[in-house]
Amino acid sequence: MSGHTTLDRCWPTIRFSVNGQHNQLNISPMKRLLDVLREDLGLTGTKEGCGEGECGSCSVRMNGELVNSCLVPVLQADGAEIQTVEGLALNGALHPLQKAFLEQGGAQCGICTPGMLMASAQLLETNPHPSMAEIREALAGNLCRCTGFMRIFESVGAAIAPEGTAHAADSTKRETPHAR
Amino acid sequence: MEKHLATRIVGASVPRKEGVDKLLGRARYVDDIEREGMWHGATVRSSISRGQIRSIVFDRRIDWSEFTIVTAADIPGDNCIQLIVADQPCLADRKVNHCEEPIVLLAHPDKHKLREAVGAVRVEYEALPAIFTIEESERQNVIVWGADNLLKTFFLEKGDVDSVGAAAAHIVEGEYRTGAQEHLYIENQGMIAEYSEKTGVTVWGSLQCPYYVVKALRAVFDLAENNVRVIQTETGGAFGGKEDFPSNLACHAALLAMKSGHPVKMVYDRMEDLAATTKRHPSRVRHRTALDKDGKLLAIDIDLATDGGAYATLSSTVLSRATLHSTGPYLCPNIRVRASSWATNLVPYGAFRGFGAPQAIFAMERHMDEIAATLGIDPVELRRRNFLHTGDANATEQEMREPLILDQLLDRALKESDYHARRAQYARENPGSNVKRGLGLAAFYHGSGFTGSGEVYLNSLGGVDVTPEGTVRVLVSNTEFGQGTNTILTQVAAEALAIDYANVMMASPDTGLVPNSGPTVASRTSMVIGRIIERACAQLLKMLHEHVGLGSTYTEKEFFAACERYRALRGEVMSLCRYEAPPSIVWDDQKYHGEAYGAYAWAIYIAQVAVDTVTYSADVEDFWAVQEVGRVIHPVMAAGQVEGGIAQGIGYALYEKVVWQDGRMANNQMTNYIMPTAEDVPPIHVYFEQIPFRYGGFGAKGIGELPHDGPAPAILNAIRDATGVAFNAIPLLPEDLYAGLTAAQPAENMAMR
Repeated sequence: MSGHTTLDRCWPTIRFSVNGQHNQLNISPMKRLLDVLREDLGLTGTKEGCGEGECGSCSVRMNGELVNSCLVPVLQADGAEIQTVEGLALNGALHPLQKAFLEQGGAQCGICTPGMLMASAQLLETNPHPSMAEIREALAGNLCRCTGFMRIFESVGAAIAPEGTAHAADSTKRETPHAR
Repeated sequence: MEKHLATRIVGASVPRKEGVDKLLGRARYVDDIEREGMWHGATVRSSISRGQIRSIVFDRRIDWSEFTIVTAADIPGDNCIQLIVADQPCLADRKVNHCEEPIVLLAHPDKHKLREAVGAVRVEYEALPAIFTIEESERQNVIVWGADNLLKTFFLEKGDVDSVGAAAAHIVEGEYRTGAQEHLYIENQGMIAEYSEKTGVTVWGSLQCPYYVVKALRAVFDLAENNVRVIQTETGGAFGGKEDFPSNLACHAALLAMKSGHPVKMVYDRMEDLAATTKRHPSRVRHRTALDKDGKLLAIDIDLATDGGAYATLSSTVLSRATLHSTGPYLCPNIRVRASSWATNLVPYGAFRGFGAPQAIFAMERHMDEIAATLGIDPVELRRRNFLHTGDANATEQEMREPLILDQLLDRALKESDYHARRAQYARENPGSNVKRGLGLAAFYHGSGFTGSGEVYLNSLGGVDVTPEGTVRVLVSNTEFGQGTNTILTQVAAEALAIDYANVMMASPDTGLVPNSGPTVASRTSMVIGRIIERACAQLLKMLHEHVGLGSTYTEKEFFAACERYRALRGEVMSLCRYEAPPSIVWDDQKYHGEAYGAYAWAIYIAQVAVDTVTYSADVEDFWAVQEVGRVIHPVMAAGQVEGGIAQGIGYALYEKVVWQDGRMANNQMTNYIMPTAEDVPPIHVYFEQIPFRYGGFGAKGIGELPHDGPAPAILNAIRDATGVAFNAIPLLPEDLYAGLTAAQPAENMAMR
């Protein structure tokens, strides 16, 4: 599949794939990957919260690493494979993390959600059965102001594949809310 | 009540209505939207705190012909954003009253050219003396607002505080302070505006209250209501921060759109948002309390002051709510509260979740623990002896008619937290440890909806209609910004009409389409708007029954078929209802007497905190939250609201400090304004007791603000329990703990509790 191609004599050619689509752009090498995704490729699912790598709203996966796309000059993405929130669902079906966030209340206002999903996806791919402490650590670079993180932990716990070791949500003393 | 317990959809944790769009990354926030021919806008702001504007100089290195430039002189109507008092200009004209006050607006097709251009506009001032604290303002040596710097005062009196005299066995005094707090919604403020001679102003933006923005635009542009249209875009958090400020930004974007002839987008970056937008009012509360020998409250005397900043904004209503939440959930025969809000030359303070209550409750609940320590009574026991019960009269002599179960909430919180056993354990362990653990509690309430006659004045109108495609639409101006409006109100309609949740949707939050059902603030949506929707649905069923013969039991197919017969008869299928006040709501706004709120939510929160006496860090290790908020419409989202509010409250208590430097926020970055992260929040245990409120939507009362009220006092009470040292100001950072603990005890005694 091919994505976007733009040509401008002033700038070097930068090639990278996003969600499996190849892109070839002549573009300022110092333009932030975040802006290239949003402005040049129209992928507005990735959000800007702080512009300085603190909030994690702009998290995307690049060559199997989680990065803050507001801190990545697009030159660094030359040759890279990038995954954004738009690339999580497969053939119209929600990714298990998206399904879990929907069911467990992991998304409220939704602005941190794309970054939170990418950080969670990164965690589960590198550590399929994380402990609660590992979930907390993996999400510490993604700020959520709505949920207090509890429902996000529940969501990640619920998305863990059932086979094998204990469910992350079981490894804490936390209880689900009691409605009487 | 029986009917409420037999519901199908209300009480079920259905999927969030707009959840899939948010999870797929396709929900459209304002910065995700492009308009044909759109330009971008930016703001030139005051660099001083107070002064006269002498001149505005545009540096010649910029080709200004490419830009649209707007100043106060371009405003077609009133240069004023009026929330309550007409004092805040849309753009500063001749004088500035705070740092970051907007003076000049610029627009350009390329947003990357704006930063340099903003820096190339030089404003020359003649500086005037500025004041930055409540104390400087009340000294009145420098008058910066009105005749006396006083934005508002309230006086509340019950009985006669001065009559207590010799009957008092104890008098306990204390002073408590709270700092500014930033909302830190993760989506910054943003607006897009278009202007045409024919249709007037249209704005799309991140906001809570579409009709507040309509009102502001009408005044600034001198337009009729049908020439102003406001559409809320998906909103990435608000917490009150998008109640008042969006009116200013919408006017700015629309002024640029009018003058440039292009749609204009203005989206703040984080630094501008932190530096220039509203925050929570700082406060100073002084308590003087008389008690008998058994610890029963005889008199409460409170002097409450807030810093309102440079303009009045919502300071009067914030002060009102602070006043009405200042005396706690306790029975006391003699009460006097003197409250005042003072002007300073800081960025105006505004609405923030809790709206004055967190400040007042911090003082009262911290003070209760100081009373307990002075009298040698357990903090739990002191509260229990003084709780309000059903039938009692509170501070405004409102009779507590609805069931009030504070003892039951307290018992549950003590049991779930294993409070007594844990305290005994830490009392044993602390002396031998550098880490001192303690537990603290807070008992509190939050009044749901607008204060006093506020809901009657709002006169909200909302309802439902049915589309020819077979969808019920909820017609309200109440907005979704994460807290669950879309889901809750569609649940209510689906329940009331006995149809599937999937067949109910929200009408677009567009003032060209939906009636004015009031602002989305004050924990009013589930209770007040939910009730209006419930009634509008009942009215629709009655219409269908009377005019097209819908039976008392029906299938969904029969319901929509009846709707089509009604449409053939009347042209449209719509049912709207206005707010109806519960009976015997009588409020005297002059005397501050009567039914202050239609309903109250009640809570007991307990925090466990560990204080490290080597690093001076305080860590909230565990948290229990027991509350009675009426009927819980959506258990998962309700728990999410409580957990999120508690996390924000933990930040308020221990992390979030606005550092001021000559009237400017010095730490206006997420790098140095610190909120709790995934690694900082404790396990939060949430429990609901449910007593359906008969005048709320399917029994709901307010929930959104309550959870921000309790954490700060519970945490500082836990720190007192752990260390024996009273800390009476927040935010409490490690350096403050260090100062307090080393001043209180020589280092060698730290091991002794």
